[in-house]
Amino acid sequence: MINRSIMIVGVGGQGTLLTSRVLGDVAVSLGLDVKVSEVHGMSQRGGSVVTYVKMGEVVYSPIVEKNEADILLCFEQLEALRWIDYAKKDGSIIVNSQRIDPMPVITGKAVYPENIIDKIKADYPQAISVPALDIARSCGNIKAVNMVMIGVMAKHTDIDRDIWIKAIERNVKPQFIEMNIKAFNMGYDFEEVK
Amino acid sequence: MKKLLLGNEAIARGVYEAGVGVATAYPGTPSTEITECIAQYDEIFAEWAPNEKVALEVAIGASVAGARSCCSMKHVGLNVAADPLFTASYTGVNGGLVLFVADDPGMHSSQNEQDTRIIARGAKVPVLEPSDSRECKEFTKIAFEISEEFDTPVIVRLSTRVSHSRGLVELNDRINYELKPYVKNPAKYVMMPGYAKRRHPLVEERMKKLREYSNNSGLNRIEWGDKKIGIITSGISYQYSKEVFPDASFLKLGMVHPLPEGLIRDFAKEVETLYVIEELEPFIENQCLKMEIKVIGKELLPVIGEYSAGLIKERLLGIKEEKLNNLNEDVPARPPVLCPGCPHRGTYYVLKKLKLNVMGDIGCYTLGAIAPLESVDTTVCMGASIGMAHGMEKARGTDAARKTVAVIGDSTFIHSGITGLIDIVYNKGTSTVIILDNSITGMTGHQDNPTTGYTIKGEPTKQVDLEKLCQAIGIERVRICDPFDLSEFEKVVREEIAAEEPSVIIAQRPCALLKYVKHGKPLTINSDKCTTCRMCMRLGCPAIVDKGGHIEINSALCVGCNLCTKVCRFNAIEKAGGVE
Ligand SMILES: Cc1ncc(C[n+]2csc(CCOP(=O)(O)OP(=O)(O)O)c2C)c(N)n1
Repeated sequence: MINRSIMIVGVGGQGTLLTSRVLGDVAVSLGLDVKVSEVHGMSQRGGSVVTYVKMGEVVYSPIVEKNEADILLCFEQLEALRWIDYAKKDGSIIVNSQRIDPMPVITGKAVYPENIIDKIKADYPQAISVPALDIARSCGNIKAVNMVMIGVMAKHTDIDRDIWIKAIERNVKPQFIEMNIKAFNMGYDFEEVK
Repeated sequence: MKKLLLGNEAIARGVYEAGVGVATAYPGTPSTEITECIAQYDEIFAEWAPNEKVALEVAIGASVAGARSCCSMKHVGLNVAADPLFTASYTGVNGGLVLFVADDPGMHSSQNEQDTRIIARGAKVPVLEPSDSRECKEFTKIAFEISEEFDTPVIVRLSTRVSHSRGLVELNDRINYELKPYVKNPAKYVMMPGYAKRRHPLVEERMKKLREYSNNSGLNRIEWGDKKIGIITSGISYQYSKEVFPDASFLKLGMVHPLPEGLIRDFAKEVETLYVIEELEPFIENQCLKMEIKVIGKELLPVIGEYSAGLIKERLLGIKEEKLNNLNEDVPARPPVLCPGCPHRGTYYVLKKLKLNVMGDIGCYTLGAIAPLESVDTTVCMGASIGMAHGMEKARGTDAARKTVAVIGDSTFIHSGITGLIDIVYNKGTSTVIILDNSITGMTGHQDNPTTGYTIKGEPTKQVDLEKLCQAIGIERVRICDPFDLSEFEKVVREEIAAEEPSVIIAQRPCALLKYVKHGKPLTINSDKCTTCRMCMRLGCPAIVDKGGHIEINSALCVGCNLCTKVCRFNAIEKAGGVE
């Protein structure tokens, strides 16, 4: 199947833009039509941020609709819960176990739901939880969370590992390539302990 | 070669290929990247102007001088630039003149949801509307041709989804555009009544010709499919509609003003049910109604917010996506917040403590309206804080000025705050204005401005000295203070609001996201010393979290700015030992 709909959800400032750039680059190297819808502006200041990537023979709307995402790549637990209705029932759901409290939780006006990942797994047993922040930290830079997440996602597609690595090389500054590829590989080789 | 470009990058590429010489703008989401990308081409002079009015005037000057020129802004920017636009419509152009105006349906980053087509109709200028990156580039080049052929400014209308979506674009070379000769021509360019009266009929004549063009140019095209359903649409709505009605017939509009009446009639005759699908105002729909063509549009589709394929499917076909899971949890909202380390946090902490009325303005600091800082009372448009503080004083007396401040960012102050401040001095106000000088235009993603000392191309330039500027217009009390020095800042605010004369406080501390700003290691809370008094929670820092029984600092978010250590009376907040 060449039509793929991917959603990347997270918190403004988490580096989701680079993730979608790499995905777009991968689609181009596969010779597919592709559209990527990004978020620039106010939400980048710590708001809920969602990026859409659609690839296929011809792509019209850049936006993924409910029940349509083949892959839901979540950089933060609460955001996974917010956007879960957009995943296909059998889609890949990859959740970074990182937690970032939104302001209504910080001020006590709302409660951060407990055990989000278990709740998601009850409905979507295929969902994967990844301690991407810890993995990135062990690579020497917490900013590499996005590369870890790309690695885990790459493993769940039928696209060659090498194509991903080349796309990353084209999209990060030369001095950061090594660290980023290391983080990507750790994501790719990640196995969830059940 | 094909490249995956943002709509805004594709516009910039079109500008480059069209041989444009001068490109101006004032930043504004979702238009900002257009001019940031143009600035990367050495062949084009690009600038951030102090505001959209100046930006358009510079572009008009360049056009009159014989160059192709362009000017970019967000929808509300066109209100600021409306004055030159309405009369440039009369003068027409010499070199082609194109405005790129980006609407924001859904208000992702805006204070209202106005529709640029309405202003364009008032100004009697043509509007093109691309639906993806490929058309962004193509239409940009056509817009310059239309501008020169019909002697008119042209607007290319964008929307958030078109500006901020990437699509594949074929790149071409830049044309070699020769400057047109500059010839003095007061009857065309001096719009005093005698000459303007002769220009207005030409504008009406031009609209007639453009209507013809709209019918015949390839910008508006029919895609025949099943004739049971016909859809008239444009821009991003075309892409959504194609997903919902893959087999229907389409009249796809690339030129939305003036509309192609003949083509609309021809299309309407052939189809059974006719839908008009357009975000925001019923602009195309009203035209159809005027032509007595029955269409279904806003009776089912909203004038509010952004569309999507899902919304169109639900409203027009009554099909709603099923919920495939049992997750019905309340998900707390995640509004944008002031970043960890943001200098505005210090300012608002003090303003809240002093329980002042705060006339707010537009920028990152608008986020000071959100709990727990909750300090901002009003936000209307750029520059409004100062005029409104003055109005508050004139309505409620000078006592009100003892409890009120205006807050305004450095970029916003230069954009349109300075005129309000002159008003206060001239009309004997006594208000206090706090300029939040974080050395950058923050909200729109870090653009230089006249106070930063650099141009859009990163070249060093003269820097407006805010202190001297305020003094020069007659403000005798100008104070400069670091908003992270909480006790000093509080003292300064108390003194200045008490003064029975106008005053300015320049709250100076650079944006925490600027590359040269280096904080220390993240902080941590020493649980032996912490009494959970929760003073630190009042700062509304996203890195400080209440874990019920105890307070924690999220080390992945904390930048080590130390502001929280200043509000902790128990010295419980310390530098973390770990390496980050
Ligand atoms: C007329 C108009 N033009 C542009 C914008 C977009 N805009 C919103 S805030 C802002 C800049 C704010 O910069 P500054 O005043 O320096 O405050 P900061 O965000 O740095 O705190 C801009 C350009 C707007 N809302 N209205």
